Amino acid sequence: MNLQYIGLNEISGPLVVLDNVEDVGYEEMVEIRLKNGTTRYGRAILISGKKVAIQVFEGTSGMSLTNTKTRFLGHPMQMALSKEILGRTFNGSGHEIDGLGPVFVDEYRDVNGEPLNPVSRVYPRNYIHTGISSIDALTTLIRGQKLPIFSGSGLPHNEIAVQIVKQAKIADQENRNFCIVFAALGVKNDVADYFRRSFEEAGVLEKVAMFLNLANDPIIERILTPRCALTAAEYLAYKHDMHVLVILTDMTSYCEALREFSSSKEEIPGRKGYPGYLYSDLASLYERAGIVRNAKGSVTQIPILTMPNDDITHPIPDLTGYITEGQIVLDRDLHQLGIYPPIGVLPSLSRLMKDGIGAGYTRGDHQALMNQLFASYAKVQDARSLASVIGEDELSDTDQNYIDFGRLFESNFISQGFEENRQIADTLDLGWSLLSLLPRDELDRTDEELLDQFYDHEKAEKFFAIKHKSIIRELDQQEDD
Amino acid sequence: MSENKIFSINGPVVTVRNATEFSMLEMVYVGNNKLMGEVIQISKDTTIIQVYESTTSTKVGEPVYSTGQPISVTLGPGILRNIYDGIGRPLKTIYETHGAFIASGIHIESLDPTLEWEVNFIRKVHDNVGFGDIVAKIQETDLIEHRIMVPKGFDGEIIELAPAGKYKIHDVIAKIKISTGEILEMTMVQKWPIKTPRPVSRRLPISIPLVTGQRVVDTLFPLAKGGTAGVPGGFGTGKTMMQHQLAKWCDADLIVYIGCGERGNEMTQALEEFSQLKDPKTNRPLTDRTVFIANTSNMPVAAREASIYTGLTIAEYYRDMGYHVAVMADSTSRWAEALREISGRLEEMPAEEGFPAYLPSRISQFYERAGYMETLNGQTGSVTIIGAVSPQGADFSEPVTQNTKRFVRCFWALDKQLAYARHYAAINWNLSYSEYIGDLEKWYNKNVDIRFLKNRRAIVKLLAEENKLMEIVKLIGSDVLPDDQRLVLETSRAIRVGFLQQNAFHKEDTFVPLAKQLRMMDVILYLYQKSLSAIHEGKAFSLIENTNIFEKVIKMKYEVPNDKLEMFDDYFTLIDETIYQIR
Repeated sequence: MNLQYIGLNEISGPLVVLDNVEDVGYEEMVEIRLKNGTTRYGRAILISGKKVAIQVFEGTSGMSLTNTKTRFLGHPMQMALSKEILGRTFNGSGHEIDGLGPVFVDEYRDVNGEPLNPVSRVYPRNYIHTGISSIDALTTLIRGQKLPIFSGSGLPHNEIAVQIVKQAKIADQENRNFCIVFAALGVKNDVADYFRRSFEEAGVLEKVAMFLNLANDPIIERILTPRCALTAAEYLAYKHDMHVLVILTDMTSYCEALREFSSSKEEIPGRKGYPGYLYSDLASLYERAGIVRNAKGSVTQIPILTMPNDDITHPIPDLTGYITEGQIVLDRDLHQLGIYPPIGVLPSLSRLMKDGIGAGYTRGDHQALMNQLFASYAKVQDARSLASVIGEDELSDTDQNYIDFGRLFESNFISQGFEENRQIADTLDLGWSLLSLLPRDELDRTDEELLDQFYDHEKAEKFFAIKHKSIIRELDQQEDD
Repeated sequence: MSENKIFSINGPVVTVRNATEFSMLEMVYVGNNKLMGEVIQISKDTTIIQVYESTTSTKVGEPVYSTGQPISVTLGPGILRNIYDGIGRPLKTIYETHGAFIASGIHIESLDPTLEWEVNFIRKVHDNVGFGDIVAKIQETDLIEHRIMVPKGFDGEIIELAPAGKYKIHDVIAKIKISTGEILEMTMVQKWPIKTPRPVSRRLPISIPLVTGQRVVDTLFPLAKGGTAGVPGGFGTGKTMMQHQLAKWCDADLIVYIGCGERGNEMTQALEEFSQLKDPKTNRPLTDRTVFIANTSNMPVAAREASIYTGLTIAEYYRDMGYHVAVMADSTSRWAEALREISGRLEEMPAEEGFPAYLPSRISQFYERAGYMETLNGQTGSVTIIGAVSPQGADFSEPVTQNTKRFVRCFWALDKQLAYARHYAAINWNLSYSEYIGDLEKWYNKNVDIRFLKNRRAIVKLLAEENKLMEIVKLIGSDVLPDDQRLVLETSRAIRVGFLQQNAFHKEDTFVPLAKQLRMMDVILYLYQKSLSAIHEGKAFSLIENTNIFEKVIKMKYEVPNDKLEMFDDYFTLIDETIYQIR
């Protein structure tokens, strides 16, 4: 097994080809030593007869057909794991880079993971409080969920992720079982640094395992980074009963790395040049979130992706949306209005929330409130598009009402401070008072009972101190008389 | 035989050199782990095999074993309540024996061989039986009686029959002397190749609707038993939600739910929910009439292709017993993508968007396995297929949606805007259609009321009119329209919000019987007629609008319980009084 092969037969992009090799397993790990003393790793991705194509994680620069010694390690790509990975920093292929020496090994795990048996899953129901109204009330995050943030360049997705981490009571001393696995996939140095500083400020740095593949690191390693990170997360969740929050940023760079690699393998491209297996590949990452029977821990994922050109139908957000359990979409228009967090409420969705909210989790009226807020805010959009044609003054009273409601909803409900941690009860009450600004008949998604309990038009008007244009108009008319 | 050795490995595609004994679509075992695979291409010197499990760590030179059989599914008592992976392995048993993760190379029998079933024979010794004839009956679950049928090739005379009693699936329950004089032993299990449709005696014309209790489906776009429906929609438009609702409430005897390349948590949810929900007629858990096939998106891609066929074969098996089976396939796009992925690995010439050129023929073969049939044993049964489609970028012009549209007769287009406004079911009434209305007219007239389809036509007309008017409203607002047109808008709103939109979480509204649907339409149309004549008499529409009568009618779906339809009479009186008062 420990045969060394000297030299290579072919080098092409990140791939090298070796001939006359025997007894190699598919996806087996390969160690390549260069004459200058450096060691690189790779894996066998295509075996045909005695020819083996090897994908080199660190890239092939500096390699020649003669200056290498190659050894097959006899096992697939593995990662050394122990509880001590928390507080440490690794590169994309799971080797430590913080200079604190190798991790004491408790267990080696295959980074590809194995598919989770759906029978062994527990359906996630526990809601995670984030303190952000638009997420808590309308796209509730559930423990064990995969809820991506669809963002665009220049939007504050990193801030939102940090705010979620800070306020999700992860910093709470009593919750020793919380930890974070952070994977940087081709992000800028500044971004990785921002996250590190924020974790430090929140006092959670010793509970974070960081996997860094920065923008100038090799792309093959980028393909491995989320796999290493998720293997670590699964290990912590299912072996050490921890609640792990995994942040993957930026998935767009990951997919681009995959496309680059796919074209170097001369594969037939699918849409926009991405490989046809992009869906399966993304699913093999995202589906590693969840809760397993008989294990106390959980893996919750917040992947962040920047939509190229803010286009939600681009293959990356599109396929992601089909796999993940909802999405939080950031809206550039809101951002330009100075609203933070600029969460576009209508296209955002949490598929798991319906079973994780309501009596016993949040509050009994949550579901009804959510439905009504969505329905009413959808009507705001209709009123706005009408107003953009005929002008706001020409709108009917009801439509005027909706325009006012929309404005206040955005400035009071969606908008909140970076440090502001709203309790769920406050968020829900705020939602009801906003709805109370609308005429009662317009609330057609709620029971009369709930309306009796929560609908209070006058109080709401006072609260938001509005003078309806209709009232002003009436006064004007009286004066005229 | 083991001289067949692996020559190359590329993901799930494995080749063997210079082998001659393999046949097309034959099942093979690959490598030392005996991974399950299927022969998909044969040339003189190379045989290509797609492997249904992960090939990691498999080596060149490992043996490939031939089985001489196509990929088959095991059929027999015990299928119901179970959950299988794409190639028919029982996931519950795998969980019990192998833990939370599915490793490669697990071989477990589909049906539990240790369970004993109470068998009642309905045939006697010396009876002549043919393929498909029912020999014995077993109460498989409280809802479903399993009928043991004569397997293919067993046509002949029963010469020995076991006494009634308890048997395991592999026990011999009958001996049959076939025409060649050979005596065959019959057990309760049989195998059937998944890609071959099970034969029937003939196809019957479609005539009965699949009642779903979802108003927009039953009224506007009904589906027939034995029919096919395509449900395309971008992510978040509620495809899965719709499939779950149909699986829970439709009046099929049996549901085969295929989760093909979808989320693991969704399967878990369906499993949990279905075991808690009771069948309204029998008060037994819905799992008693349900089979799950789960190939979640992280399971091997080749098995995704098989999962659809595995599900269909099980459905056809129960159809042959005389049941109406509904197959929910969520989602067929993932299946098509699996085809594309394998095709790419084979370096076939791609057609549109990288999909293989044979995509349309595969889709048509799939949907053509639906139908209302007379079975070989003279009963009637049906397989209805409801296939979800996940178009990339919610663009309905992509190949899977377009080809599905060609082969289904019922098209429920899910709409993003409706879904954003949380309008369930988000079926867009302008884009969707059903070709079954003509076939079902007789049934509706006879079993519901002759008014049903009349009302339906009136509603469709109003919605179409609204669609036209909205173009004007978008430009200049609704205030400038004449009163009768504003009435059309308001009535359409009542139809959309009060009738088409349904609350799946409301205990009365989640399932609505046809009689109530009829009465609801009656009320809305009555209000329309009354208001229209008031307007013709010169009354202003705003007066009617201000009475809030439309809001009251919209809320009737929550106010009138499904079993107290006489409460609708109050609405007619209310409308009369309201309109009278403004005169």
